[in-house]
Amino acid sequence: MFRRLSDRKESSVSFTFNGVPTMASQGDSVAAALLAAGHCSTRRTPVSGAARGPYCMMGVCFECLVKIDGRPNRQGCMTTVVTGMRVETQDGAAMPGQEE
Amino acid sequence: MIQNVQSAADLAPAYDLVVVGAGPAGLSAAIEASTHGLAVLLADENESPGGQIYRSVDRASDADLTRMGPDYAAGRRLIERFRSADLSYARRATVWSVGPADEETGDGAHALEVGISLGGIARPIAADRVILATGALERPFPFPGWTMPGVMAAGAAQILVKSSGLVPSGRTILAGTGPLLYLLASQLLRAGVSVTAVVDTTPVENCRLALPHLLSFATSPYALKGLKLLLDVHRRTRVIRGVTAIEAFGSGQFSALRVRRGKKSLHIQGDLLLLHQGIAPNLNLTLAAGCDYVWDERLAAFRPTVDVCGASSVPGVSIAGDAAGIVGAVASALQGELAGLTAALDLNRLGQGAYQQRRNQLSRELALALRGRTFIEHRFRPGKTFRVPEDDGTIACRCEEITVGKLREVAALGVPGPNQMKAFTRCGMGPCQGRLCGLTAVELLAQYRDVSPGEVGYYRLRPPIKPVTLGELAALPHTEIAIVAVAGFVERAADGAQGK
Ligand SMILES: Cc1cc2nc3c(=O)[nH]c(=O)nc-3n(C[C@H](O)[C@H](O)[C@H](O)COP(=O)(O)OP(=O)(O)OC[C@H]3O[C@@H](n4cnc5c(N)ncnc54)[C@H](O)[C@@H]3O)c2cc1C
Ligand code: FES
Repeated sequence: MFRRLSDRKESSVSFTFNGVPTMASQGDSVAAALLAAGHCSTRRTPVSGAARGPYCMMGVCFECLVKIDGRPNRQGCMTTVVTGMRVETQDGAAMPGQEE
Repeated sequence: MIQNVQSAADLAPAYDLVVVGAGPAGLSAAIEASTHGLAVLLADENESPGGQIYRSVDRASDADLTRMGPDYAAGRRLIERFRSADLSYARRATVWSVGPADEETGDGAHALEVGISLGGIARPIAADRVILATGALERPFPFPGWTMPGVMAAGAAQILVKSSGLVPSGRTILAGTGPLLYLLASQLLRAGVSVTAVVDTTPVENCRLALPHLLSFATSPYALKGLKLLLDVHRRTRVIRGVTAIEAFGSGQFSALRVRRGKKSLHIQGDLLLLHQGIAPNLNLTLAAGCDYVWDERLAAFRPTVDVCGASSVPGVSIAGDAAGIVGAVASALQGELAGLTAALDLNRLGQGAYQQRRNQLSRELALALRGRTFIEHRFRPGKTFRVPEDDGTIACRCEEITVGKLREVAALGVPGPNQMKAFTRCGMGPCQGRLCGLTAVELLAQYRDVSPGEVGYYRLRPPIKPVTLGELAALPHTEIAIVAVAGFVERAADGAQGK
């Protein structure tokens, strides 16, 4: 769904998404890296299980929530990818503020 | 030279002034205040300074600058001035509360306390003055299918280009209204993106409503730029006007947009749908700080009430830039300077005479920069049916998946405001804290009760305005009672997971 402009020459960074080694560019947010790798749906909602993906890319909508290095509820668009980062989808897991 | 605050441990316990947001308003406020000798901390959530318009401009190549245009490139100079200023800058730092200093834990010398999270650690910082320059958010744009993967905010696509050099690879449809929709269309076209159509949802009557303000617009710097932009987009892609309704289709992933123009309808196939219908002041921090606000009918949004220098109703707290009302980058910067200058006066770093002289000059420049805004506001005001969808099945609250139909049901029970609506439906209770449903819920209720949205009011917002984790709260030097008072809850579950 997204491609990298050819005049961009950042070095690459490798991380894992659901255990699969994935490449990102230096400076990418987790959400940007996932979109670049072709994942536009990155979670399922806790209420109906509907597929969702990053929407605003600026920390507003919380649609990009993922588990990062074991910690749930991280905003993928506000976290910069670093080498070796473990990113996982958060299927139906409760989002902050939703638990009773 | 700026001092880069790398971790929470580098933060001083107190500053003369804390500025929140490193867009044109916040950067200008911080630079101005620092030149008068104030100890300034500028905190911003992002990776690098610039805010929305100048995002990642300091890393941009010549090709990037050409693609994004001269208004983007102009950010370079501001960031250079910022880098050579004498102040502290905390990037990746989220400010989640602003309020009067705690009587027990405060230092007694500073009036205000700011809650900041940086690198997983939360800190209370004391300050004499706070300037909130938290910018704007894209308006919610609810219609059937807007929650589907493959449907994104137009701003998101712009952020992907600026920060990561990523552009849509497939057939891209842009839908909505506002200058930024056309700006993005032109930027994407210049980057070689296949923009299938721009679906313009601007109500047809807007042209007539904007007409009385045409003269001041025509003599403003916006006129030529805007005209060029419109012509450019019209020349290079298909623009569909007079649109009365849209609906997104796809099984699990966006694949087509149905566009209605009165009784006619057409289907446009696409791989990515980008939405935009204007921006509204980012209210969360200003409201959580207790600032008064009003409904602005022209903006079709709430904005905090401020005086000419940006002072809010809360002593010591000022608001500058788009956070106080949509004014654009140039006026945002000038408002920031005014607020920074006034903070210097308040803290006796500047004489009245020098202050007045500079203030008068800034006010004149500001009046010039604001010329033409009224026309733009009328011309691109999003239509009612795109703000409050008629279709009852449309999701209004993305977090809790609450439909417009559900909200109407509850409105019919006679709930007076959005807070009661929230209690009944959970609308606005999710992690986005109403950022993507607030305006919809309020306008729907106002319609139902046949009153102004101003009378209905907005959600009651309390700190933290962003979820704060256990690890972060544990680092706060506060008693549990104080944490509950600030955060509304104490986390007890394992690291990162939350519970009441
Ligand atoms: C997505 C988007 C894209 C835009 N693109 C353009 C454009 O290309 N051209 C144009 O002319 N105008 C654009 N605008 C309009 C833009 O808002 C103004 O032109 C200008 O950027 C406003 O400046 P500002 O300083 O008031 O706020 P902003 O530039 O929005 O800066 C606000 C900053 O505050 C930070 N912030 C907010 N809350 C917190 C918090 N609690 N803690 C820490 N940091 C926080 C934000 O992350 C941001 O960096 C855009 C607006 C949006 C929403
Ligand atoms: S995509 Fe909206 S918060 Fe990350």
